[in-house]
Amino acid sequence: MTPRTLEMALSTPSLDREGRPISIPLGVAGRGDPEDEFGAEPMLINIGPQHPATHGVLRLVVELEGETVVRCIPHIGYLHSGFEKLGEYRHYNQIIPLTDRTDYLSPMANNVCLALGAEKLMGIEITERCTVLRVIACEMSRIISHIVWLGTTGIDLGAYTPFLWTFYERERIYNLQEAWTGARLTTSLTRVGGMMADVPDGFEAGLREFCRTFPKSLDEVDTLFTRNGIWCGRTQGVGALSAAEAINYSLSGPMLRASGVDYDVRKDRPYLGYDSYDFDVPIGEHGDIYDRYRVRLEEMYQSTRILEQALDRLAKLKGAPINVDDPRVILPPKSRAMSDMEAMIFHFKQVMEGVPAPAGEAYMGIENPKGELGTYFVSDGTAKPVRWRIRPPSFINLACLPRLCEGALLSDVIAINASVDIVMGEIDR
Amino acid sequence: MSPASSVAALRAAFGPALLRDRVTCGDTVVWVDASRSRDILAWLKDTPGQEFNYLTDVTAVDYRDPERPLEVVYQLRSLARRTDLRLKIPLDKSAPLEVDSVVDLWKGADWLEREVFDMFGVRFRGHPDLRRILMWDTYAEGHPLRKDFPLRGHFTRAEQTRQALAANPEAHYSIEELSIAEAFDELPEDVRQRLAKGERGYVK
Repeated sequence: MTPRTLEMALSTPSLDREGRPISIPLGVAGRGDPEDEFGAEPMLINIGPQHPATHGVLRLVVELEGETVVRCIPHIGYLHSGFEKLGEYRHYNQIIPLTDRTDYLSPMANNVCLALGAEKLMGIEITERCTVLRVIACEMSRIISHIVWLGTTGIDLGAYTPFLWTFYERERIYNLQEAWTGARLTTSLTRVGGMMADVPDGFEAGLREFCRTFPKSLDEVDTLFTRNGIWCGRTQGVGALSAAEAINYSLSGPMLRASGVDYDVRKDRPYLGYDSYDFDVPIGEHGDIYDRYRVRLEEMYQSTRILEQALDRLAKLKGAPINVDDPRVILPPKSRAMSDMEAMIFHFKQVMEGVPAPAGEAYMGIENPKGELGTYFVSDGTAKPVRWRIRPPSFINLACLPRLCEGALLSDVIAINASVDIVMGEIDR
Repeated sequence: MSPASSVAALRAAFGPALLRDRVTCGDTVVWVDASRSRDILAWLKDTPGQEFNYLTDVTAVDYRDPERPLEVVYQLRSLARRTDLRLKIPLDKSAPLEVDSVVDLWKGADWLEREVFDMFGVRFRGHPDLRRILMWDTYAEGHPLRKDFPLRGHFTRAEQTRQALAANPEAHYSIEELSIAEAFDELPEDVRQRLAKGERGYVK
């Protein structure tokens, strides 16, 4: 591991060189001294579920010795909605609105994951324009999700200005999303075998303008954070995880890459033609909060690159179909359904009976902003899945929170929790 | 090395414990005997040439056909070889649903196995902290993702409301957490004894 070029004396190290937690006694509570009344007594603190720094309804019970965390016990499930159970009672296309509400900071990418899973199960090849549109949806989601992460994590650590700047940018990309899907959260953008809609007029110009100006705004945030003494002090060496441990904890996404594991589903198990795009995957080295920040920041620049390339391809595919040419899967246009007998029958069959999938099972993982989002379908040949499983990236990433918090200070728990980038809608499902 | 050669190597090493294998939608799936599942998973993780070092997911499937066994599903991945393998353990529903835990192999299995226990009622032998995770500890209606569990739950809406109102709002801490706090000394004797025996769960 190379030493950092930028290291601040303010840092509150939580791990020593061998990776063992260091306890730092602060204040009156001396440590391990049985004579000391305050020091001998562990303290139990409850954070959440209604606490702004837990990013939703997460509850942490923290055992403290002085100001050092001995143990952290997370409690989840406050937002459990039984999505997976509901999915067993719905047609494949009817599940798509449920995925909006899982990771509600990147609904479009969730829609794409579900559609890809169902298509893998049914053996459907989507059209080229649809592929490019889905790449745009995924990368827009990545920017939206990371930019919210950046702003709110700044707030958690006391930086208010970047939050205003990032949310200004977020508003611009949300306007584009709204123009395309008609919604800010409940996008339901994809359909099995295609898309709900093509991009509207003016969308491409708007997204190009965003891609041109967004990196400049990111540069400004970079100026505020990357060499900021307080930011470095609060994040460097805090909540660090080695590469071997990150793999053992099944982490994925920026959490895994910040620890130095070169794994990105887009590169290593390419889907949607990601292998034909030119982009880099940032890898961290120290696995601490600072590296997670650097990885996510760089991913936004890379997403902008992918978006620009996708826009070029989209212009070449102007007028190409977005849906597969298969009336069993794709609804006929409404005008034809009202005038053409056959189209009406197909419309009726699809709405009433759904699209049957052949008996079998399929797992499809995509690189979501939070990590690897998986859709696992098991079908018995009917139009409704026997089992619909979401592999929730933030659920699995959060599971290592007790390990990350061991030996950290209480105030670092907030920073570590923020660095995991959790969305409770996905964790509790 | 492709997943197919992993299947051949598994068959050579474990023989009859490998019940069957299949390729579906491009994914390789193997069914293994529950009694050997942990050995097989450890073998797949550590054997050179296999190195399935990344546990992508743990879940379970309950089929609509009540005769069909419930299946616990492990999605394995080798990060170095970029290969996936799905391992399934069929569990006969007439016997207690039990498999060996793999938390000691992959720490990431901790919460995933707790979720399978919560949602399907499969007990993982050797799991250090097997309690409900998405539902609350006193949840009495059963395991929601089982097919014999109705969509709206076993209890009526009135019963669910009654139970919610009757719940003791103070009982939000587990015994384990109370043991840390000074409240431990104020616990009733029987609860302290349950705690001393290593029992987990909420104070009723």
